Amino acid sequence: MGSMRAIFLLAACLSGQALGLRLATTTSVYDSGLLDRVLPAFERATGVRVEVLAVGTGQALRLAERKDVDAVLVHAPELEGEALRRGVLAEPFCLAQNRFLLVGPKGDPARVRGVGGILEALRRIARAQAPFVSRGDRSGTHLKELALWRAAGLTPRGGWYLESGAGMGQTLVLAAEKGAYTLSDLATHLTVGRKRGLVALYAGEDPLLLNPYTYYLVPGGPKAKEAAALRRFLATEEAARLVAGLKVEGQALFQPLRGRCIIPGSGGR
Amino acid sequence: MEAAELWEIALRSLWVAGLATLLAALPAVPLGLWLALKGGGGFFGRALLYAGLALPSVVVGLFFYLLLSRSGPLGSLGLLYTPYAMVLAEAVLAFPLIAAFVLSGARGRVEEVRLLVRSLGGREGQVLPTLFWESRRTLAAALAAGFGGAISEVGAATLVGGDIRHHTRVLTTAIVVETRKGELESALALGFILLGVALLVTALLIILERE
Repeated sequence: MGSMRAIFLLAACLSGQALGLRLATTTSVYDSGLLDRVLPAFERATGVRVEVLAVGTGQALRLAERKDVDAVLVHAPELEGEALRRGVLAEPFCLAQNRFLLVGPKGDPARVRGVGGILEALRRIARAQAPFVSRGDRSGTHLKELALWRAAGLTPRGGWYLESGAGMGQTLVLAAEKGAYTLSDLATHLTVGRKRGLVALYAGEDPLLLNPYTYYLVPGGPKAKEAAALRRFLATEEAARLVAGLKVEGQALFQPLRGRCIIPGSGGR
Repeated sequence: MEAAELWEIALRSLWVAGLATLLAALPAVPLGLWLALKGGGGFFGRALLYAGLALPSVVVGLFFYLLLSRSGPLGSLGLLYTPYAMVLAEAVLAFPLIAAFVLSGARGRVEEVRLLVRSLGGREGQVLPTLFWESRRTLAAALAAGFGGAISEVGAATLVGGDIRHHTRVLTTAIVVETRKGELESALALGFILLGVALLVTALLIILERE
């Protein structure tokens, strides 16, 4: 029985040619389990297999440019707008959003807890030269962090400013080990950061911290039809319900956007 | 992680690394023997081969990514993000390992084998096959080294395989995902499985060598 299954699996592996639709997405989306929730319903409904590549937004857009993927699900509005103008991406669909949080050690050495805004929080960290971990990988989170430093009128530099060059989960693990602050999306903080002892220190209703995830087609790929079918599926009420239903300890990780984009310049309809 | 998926990932690691080792051994073993016959391949031959041992796997991965990308020269083959792309990249990484092991194992035997062949009235052309036969013990170590290099590699596997679940995820890339997710226990368990697989294959090679 066990060996039969092994042989079957081996045969399945050997017939290895890619048949599915290739979707590049960010590590934050992948690690949160969002796609594991949404994609099986699509695969059942259409018979199209989706192969997911979990990379940073920057790399996802590069893959789209080289036509190595058929669709992307990313969260860096400025880069997306530029890619839309250049024709690398097409037909945006705003799928879901959550918020970025400033997380850090319980001890809060820079005293950012209860501060009035995210920019003030960052200024305090810089002034205290408290350790801060940056993703440093041109991911959506990294670009957001850089934009926030710019808005705060600061250029972070020095021994306290560390660049991990890694995904969100790994960056949170690093921040926890170093007793450092970092910017995280809600989903990864709840699934990884909190387990490692980090706490959310600033999670205000600040529009600066909104984090929208948008699905795009990559024109000219061999699976354009399937990519469009996934876009139609993501627009259904069923998909919105699946997105809204993803929870960690009762807290929803994403709010469905149903195609309504809230951030100007994110290129949505 | 479920047991079925664990099986699937371990099996994929095994056949990808196994195929890569075989693919690399086909040219690497004759090359190692030939270099041994030519007095060790000279300074440059050996320097080049031993430098190959330091070949960074991410660079090999990047090279194959650019080669196999849809906008690359071999893009039309559709090999990028398939297990076969991983086999190719890992074969390139295993090649210098196998050749270098064969070379260092066979070098000391060349004169002895040449004398033996001559004393039996053989021609120079028969030295290479005889050397191969006399070095068969080294072969197990060479294959184990190549296989170990291939199965434990993560940089190239991620770049050209893409770590796609149920398609190109292998033990090393699965360890990266689990670590990233903070599932350190799963990551550690996968690490032990990787060690187990390597141990099993090496043991098998040693048994074959004894036969």
